[in-house]
Amino acid sequence: MPDLDAPPRVLHGIGVGPGLAAGPVARMASPPALPDPRPVLPDQPAPTDLPVSDPDRELADAVRALEATEADLRARADAATGEARDILSAQAMIAADPTLREGVAERVRSGDDAPHALRSTFDRHREILAALGGYLGERAADLDDIAHRAIAAALGRPMPGLPAPGHPFVLIADDLAPADTVGLDPETVLALVTERGGPTSHTAILARALGLPAVVGCAGILDVPDGTLVTVDGTSGRVGAGVGEEEAADVRARAADERSRLAAGRGPGRTADGHPVDLMVNIGSAADLRGADLDGVTGVGLFRTEFLFLDRRDAPGLDEQVTAYAEVFSHFPEGTVVVRTLDAGADKPLPFLGLPEEPNPALGVRGLRVARDRPGILDTQLAAIARAAERTTADVWVMAPMVSTPPEAADFVARARAFGLRTAGVMVEVPAAALRAERLVEVADFLSVGTNDLSQYTLAADRQSGALADLLDPWQPALLQLIATCADAGRRSGRSVGVCGEAAADPALAPVLVGLGVTKLSMSPRSVPAVRARLAAYERAECEELARRALDAADAAAARAAVLTAGP
Amino acid sequence: MSTRTVAIASRTGLHARPAALFVKAAADQDVPVRIRVGDGPAVPAASMLAVLSLGAGHGTEVTLEADGPGADAALDSLAALLARDLDAEEAADA
Repeated sequence: MPDLDAPPRVLHGIGVGPGLAAGPVARMASPPALPDPRPVLPDQPAPTDLPVSDPDRELADAVRALEATEADLRARADAATGEARDILSAQAMIAADPTLREGVAERVRSGDDAPHALRSTFDRHREILAALGGYLGERAADLDDIAHRAIAAALGRPMPGLPAPGHPFVLIADDLAPADTVGLDPETVLALVTERGGPTSHTAILARALGLPAVVGCAGILDVPDGTLVTVDGTSGRVGAGVGEEEAADVRARAADERSRLAAGRGPGRTADGHPVDLMVNIGSAADLRGADLDGVTGVGLFRTEFLFLDRRDAPGLDEQVTAYAEVFSHFPEGTVVVRTLDAGADKPLPFLGLPEEPNPALGVRGLRVARDRPGILDTQLAAIARAAERTTADVWVMAPMVSTPPEAADFVARARAFGLRTAGVMVEVPAAALRAERLVEVADFLSVGTNDLSQYTLAADRQSGALADLLDPWQPALLQLIATCADAGRRSGRSVGVCGEAAADPALAPVLVGLGVTKLSMSPRSVPAVRARLAAYERAECEELARRALDAADAAAARAAVLTAGP
Repeated sequence: MSTRTVAIASRTGLHARPAALFVKAAADQDVPVRIRVGDGPAVPAASMLAVLSLGAGHGTEVTLEADGPGADAALDSLAALLARDLDAEEAADA
């Protein structure tokens, strides 16, 4: 039981999902650590003075653990739908695999206790799958998840995964991986708080997709016992742990007010004095538009096309691509849809590209660079986009990821035009591209700033690194300065400059970006109401003043503080 | 021993959903069925891990083996399953 008399503690992290929430915490159980091995055979040397077990008992324990894992995964599969259901059913079948039982029996006979026999058997199969590479190599991680569950069961610990306390809760975790959050129900999860993770982590992306308040990089949250009442402010990153019922009720009331205020906001994006800002959405396929409120949304600012290419051995054909693109275009007969060409590479490997492994994939052959040696895939994609565009009244734009130089941009634009695509631009993710924005707009029709990669490359901080979350923060003045360089180039040339990274979904940052001169903000559909409401609170001159304050700050935290204290 | 050799018809090869459907069907047979690629070692068809580890892609020829009464019927039904594009059927479901 939480100590209800302990004084409340205030923890700070990075707010990545705006909004307020209050409720009891429940943690994501982490994978169990393996204890010291227990001697199983009578003549076995023991590292500790643990009592000697016997192979029959250990084998029975291991088999029971595998059965419990299968039952748990089967129950999760039954509760899931669509793709998640297929994934979980396949995992349940793996847990039930007779090959695993045989392997475990063999290990136990040679002297392993149940948890160690499970570990080494899973590890052997993991190596086999990893050696196959490609799609199967990626499934090796799924095997780890099953192994963690089985070992936890053998040790009599709770299985790792989402908690089910039976009431709405604030989910706390070290960090969240996509597999952890399959089946996460936004009706029972009030907010997400993680000890590690940064603004571009999976937790942040998930929080925005689900519209949940979220704080990442919140040191100390894992020390908060389950059941403790906390308040979460997903804008400022403040977490109040061990608050009283009265404060929690107050926060809930404010959250409800905020929601109804946002729901009341309608229409296109604009500042208080009527300066228009295009609000657009980021999607991966037409499915992301289902149920989305698109009032006032002028189109899709980032249509990621990777989904068509993932998990397959051959590139999708022209007709298949035409159908998928046309479906998205049909949702915006009077809007704009910006299609990003395939963003793959050593960091997001696709088997049919046959790209060699690289020691430093983020700096390797990815995005447009893949077309240097394999232009065929890009050409087929541009042909498909052009053909799908003919079937719609939507204004279809294309843009290339990972452009570094004006000649690269010019080459892409020429290719797109050759297929009859009228509007072709580039993403700005590489600092070199931002620094030369003035030259880029001479050849490209528009720029779209991908802040996730641009932060990673500008601050030299790996997107996957939780320890460097403060550097990856989109409020970093160096990042904002590069965005300003792009916006200036756009203003002088009359070209559109948008932001389509996670930064565009941060309501507090929206007026800053507009103040820098950005004309389009593209974000997950659920982020639109909060961004629209915040923009409507400032006049354009005030946005410019906020941008000056942010640029003038020493680091991300100071920039955020300088803007948040300015009101409104 | 009865055998059947068949090319994998599913677009993604014998993994993900096609593998799950095949392994389940193999486990439901009355006789144990084994599967191999070329002259490679034959592995239990009812083992998801063993089937995945074959790494059989679209168009890969696999050989199914079984012994005893009912072997031919079991192999016929499993070979027919592998000769269907199970991914396309998934798309039709959606």
